[in-house]
Amino acid sequence: MSREPVTDAQEPLLAVLRRDWMLYAMLAPALIWFGLFLYQPMWGLQIAFKDFSAFKGMAASPWIGFEHFATLFQNDQFLRAVGNTLTISLYSLVLASPVPILLALMINEVQSQGLRKSIQTVVYLPHFISVVILAGIVMAVLSPTTGLVNNALAAMGFDRSYFLTKPEWFRTIYISSNIWKEAGFDSIVYLAAIMGINPALYESAQVDGATRWQMIWRITIPSILPTIAVLLVIRLGNVLEVGYEYIVLLYQPATFETADVISTYIYRQGVQGARYDLAAAAGVFNAVVALVLVLGANKLSRRITKTGVF
Amino acid sequence: MLSTPIYSSGDRWFGRINATLLAVFALCTLYPLVYVTALSFSSGAAATSGRVWLWPVEWTIAAHQHVLADKMFWMSYANTLFYTVLGTLTSLALIIPAAYALSKPRLRGRRVIGFVIAFTMWFHAGMIPFFLNLRDLELLDSRVGIIIAFAINAFNIILMRNFFESVSPSFEEAARMDGANDFQILWKVYIPLAKPAIATVAMLCAIARWNGYFWAMVLLRDEDKIPLQVYLKKMIITVVQTEEAAGAMATQAFSLETVTGAIIVLSMIPVIVVYPMLQKYFTKGVMMGGVKE
Repeated sequence: MSREPVTDAQEPLLAVLRRDWMLYAMLAPALIWFGLFLYQPMWGLQIAFKDFSAFKGMAASPWIGFEHFATLFQNDQFLRAVGNTLTISLYSLVLASPVPILLALMINEVQSQGLRKSIQTVVYLPHFISVVILAGIVMAVLSPTTGLVNNALAAMGFDRSYFLTKPEWFRTIYISSNIWKEAGFDSIVYLAAIMGINPALYESAQVDGATRWQMIWRITIPSILPTIAVLLVIRLGNVLEVGYEYIVLLYQPATFETADVISTYIYRQGVQGARYDLAAAAGVFNAVVALVLVLGANKLSRRITKTGVF
Repeated sequence: MLSTPIYSSGDRWFGRINATLLAVFALCTLYPLVYVTALSFSSGAAATSGRVWLWPVEWTIAAHQHVLADKMFWMSYANTLFYTVLGTLTSLALIIPAAYALSKPRLRGRRVIGFVIAFTMWFHAGMIPFFLNLRDLELLDSRVGIIIAFAINAFNIILMRNFFESVSPSFEEAARMDGANDFQILWKVYIPLAKPAIATVAMLCAIARWNGYFWAMVLLRDEDKIPLQVYLKKMIITVVQTEEAAGAMATQAFSLETVTGAIIVLSMIPVIVVYPMLQKYFTKGVMMGGVKE
């Protein structure tokens, strides 16, 4: 792994090793780790194209080409999961990703340092709460018999509802609880970008009699556009990585209709059902689509804002 | 932002409305936490009849006592402490030297190795091959597996490397004059200089350890090894979803709701306590990673 194409090889390799063997020794444990835990599984991806039998082992299991993929694309559950993944991501992208930007713009406009600090302290906090606790809080708040929301509904004369068993409510619950958890923390990056704007721009705008509203639209937002673009690319690349750790906690068979996404499907088929080959095929599909999305989004971002991740 | 702001009345109103909206947002953020805390200190009867809104009703610590009396709660708490401390130390021991080596321009093969590491941020084999790999390595149901298999994250190496790159080479040159080798330079010069960056990375690792549940749930079979979050999952989610447990638990003093609240509150205490100390580091961490990439 430490070999390098001989481009700038003025020094012989042996001399380099003698001089820098300590650096390679420092790298070795981490590189072994990457090989063992992240690259070795890539070799294991072959089971997506094999009729895997635990008895025969990975190498001896027979190749079957794209049969698992054909099975998946005839499977209603998988197709539903693909649809749900796209819907949930799209909704998150449109509804959740503007919130941190808005929050950063608003926090930046707060003049009082004390108020600003306390708002930041509060809105960053939920990021550090685990998804298990988040799910617990959501369940407590939405509990049909004792939860806050239903108590309020009952007090106003509406019927109580068990929201977590209603497929039509799942996306709303998932996305709004995610906003609650991450919007504040995600605003840090935008705030950092805003801090980097040259103050002279605001000073001269003020001399010209610009209002704060105008300064936001003409200076702040255009200045952080590259940051917004880069983060959008990263988000688009992760579109298929819907937070399955959280969904696994929150969904139940009654809501699979809207809640089951590709990664939760993989989890149920593979980890719980031990259908490793089929689940791995679903994973390959997931990874390939994700890669296409990252590259596409990056290209789009380069064209529109002249910035990209790569 | 500006030293001498001269605002028109329109701007002043803008400022007031903005501050009000933000304050409302902050209160909405806080409210679920306050509600759950109030629930945990209320009587079972008050919680079941929906009388808790903001403050504990019929104050009692019965639910907390019930949770604290559970041996599994303490066991999983201890496990989480163990995984967090040892896991974070393992991560640092792997990440810091690797990042130091990668930060040296004279390292032959630097770009290739950097790519091999960064590539894993964009592509990974996925849940099933990762799981089968751990099975083949015989790391299922193993404490060692939990600690080693999740020790490194490419992002953290890059974060650390970025910091080391920003250290002036004159420090290294001076140490070399005194005859120090790379190990000594890293240990005696770079690590003391990098304390804030190391604290940031350590915080990221520790938070991920403290909050992680998914792989611990998948990999660990033995009840004695499960961390707090897996215990929480069992108690909060599995119990609520099988609702007959609710009726069985309801007594005068506590109910399923108040016990859930107590579990949530008790498990959040360490996070809430260290959170103010973390604040300056995570802001730094986001900027170090985000801006330079």
